[in-house]
Amino acid sequence: MTVADVIVQRRSKPFVALRLWSVLGLMIAAFAAAPFLGMPQFVQALVIEILVFSLLALSLNVLLGYTGLVSFGHAAFFGIAGYAVGIIAIHISTDILVTFPLAVLVAALCAVPIGWLSIRLSGFYFLMITFAFAQMVFVAAFRWKPVTGGSDGLIVPGATLFGAPILGSRESFYFFVLAVFTVCAALLYAVVTSRFGRTLVGIRESTPRMRALGYNVRRYKLAAFVVGATFGGVAGVLNSLFNLFIAPESAHWTQSALVLVMVLIGGAGYFVGPIIGATIVLLLQHWLSSYTEYWGLVLGILFIVLITGAREGIAGLVMQGWSHLRGKGP
Amino acid sequence: MLDFLIAQTLNGLVYSMLLFLLALGLSLTFGMLRVINLAHGAFYLMGAYFGLTAWNLTHSFWAAIIVATAGAAIVGMLLERSWLQRFYVRNELDQVILTFGFALVFADIMKMLWGKDIHSIPVPPLLSGAVQIAGTYFPAYRLILVGVGVALFVATWLAIERTRTGALIRASVADRVMVSGLGFNIRLLFTYVFGFGTAIAGLAGVLGAPITGIYPGLDFEVLITTLIVVVVGGLGNISGAFWAALLIGLAETYGKALYPAAASFIIFGLMAAVLLIRAWGRDEEDVE
Repeated sequence: MTVADVIVQRRSKPFVALRLWSVLGLMIAAFAAAPFLGMPQFVQALVIEILVFSLLALSLNVLLGYTGLVSFGHAAFFGIAGYAVGIIAIHISTDILVTFPLAVLVAALCAVPIGWLSIRLSGFYFLMITFAFAQMVFVAAFRWKPVTGGSDGLIVPGATLFGAPILGSRESFYFFVLAVFTVCAALLYAVVTSRFGRTLVGIRESTPRMRALGYNVRRYKLAAFVVGATFGGVAGVLNSLFNLFIAPESAHWTQSALVLVMVLIGGAGYFVGPIIGATIVLLLQHWLSSYTEYWGLVLGILFIVLITGAREGIAGLVMQGWSHLRGKGP
Repeated sequence: MLDFLIAQTLNGLVYSMLLFLLALGLSLTFGMLRVINLAHGAFYLMGAYFGLTAWNLTHSFWAAIIVATAGAAIVGMLLERSWLQRFYVRNELDQVILTFGFALVFADIMKMLWGKDIHSIPVPPLLSGAVQIAGTYFPAYRLILVGVGVALFVATWLAIERTRTGALIRASVADRVMVSGLGFNIRLLFTYVFGFGTAIAGLAGVLGAPITGIYPGLDFEVLITTLIVVVVGGLGNISGAFWAALLIGLAETYGKALYPAAASFIIFGLMAAVLLIRAWGRDEEDVE
């Protein structure tokens, strides 16, 4: 059973989609209630981090899972928006109604020329050119000291709303991130299940056929690239506002690789895959880093095992098990 | 100024040759096996560490070279036999992920075995002097390295273009199913080619150790630059890799000396430009 089958199947079986959404809705409600039931501050911080990276991974999945474009430079837009928040807050205004939309716009606008050039290549070459552009962003952040603070990073002033500081407490930021994540995830779900989203899946499955059907494949790919970068930018904004700090490493290729890992481990092409992947990778990272410094070894083994045994990630395994249980396995 | 230019040119040439040795294996592996081996940088560092251990035990640079080359070849062939071989039918992305996984695993295993300190192997006494050419002194070791690089380029080129095994390799690049249909043991040939590639990477590691040092993270540094070289030169193209190594090696060295802030900008920009020039004017991006 291919990924496309699952998506098609899900469309023809509204119950599965309904169940998925009720589960997600319950989870979000539970997370929203958790601080009132005494969720400790450090757990809140962890959940914030997981939500931010889930959003980043979800945005990459539009490219990787749905359009079949393997970007190795997605962190560029995370970094660009993250720096934009800081720079705008320092030089123009710290009002969140200014910084947030403007920073996301900057990421989206940067994605237009980068995407326009990159989509002319495919496969490994697409991977290499997105990687090259992302490294250029990293080098710019690292070397353009007067604006970005160079290797020291940039301290981001706290957000305000109409002159009054907001999101100062851990708890208020937790609710803010939860709300932004819910809205963005719903928007992304609407995008990938729309006519546009199904066209992207068509391009992934057979580009020549879509071209023969008269679709302007490049325009769709560019649109997917910009959508991915925009939501990646939202994640970057959240990250900067939470840490009140941004460093060049957030645009480094290791960051791009980490997000790619999250999507692949969770299951590219499944909507919830990136969320599962981001949760597992971050939990493992937090848990293991207190035991061992050899985090890369664990990640590498996870890679090798998954790619050898479960090509469609954990979401793929679950879906296979699910259809197996119901007696109509592949 | 002229002295500065000559010195930087020699440094650039040495760096280019190390890059070429790395690119040779990567490009050959891709040309024949259609596998992009992201663990290739790990074999460079592995070679350097193997050489270091051999040097510590024997204090012989020649022993270090032999151990490094043979060690990297053996590990490479084991990797190919045990794991990579069943990935030949998979798509590009799967192979990229698999080899990246191995790159991470190798990096941490080397950190466990050799620690995080920066090591180096001294230049052998025979080669530690300087040679006078046209009134300027050149470190002999660096000159030798340039010679080794050029010699290996010529030898590999001749081996592939002029020998029977080379013909078999070229035939496999063109149509591997047909070659195995003609009764050649292509699986074994693949293992040897992969092993040759990793051996050369290991050799580059030990030869480069007196210049670049040996430290964790070096594997990914050289991997990235090598990927750029291979992409600029054209995947699977050995003379392309040679000239691309010269271009990238010299560009990065001059860039670092003249305008350090933009050095890595230049090579990434070069790669992006080459990729775009090659793709420009095509209607469909599926063609590589």
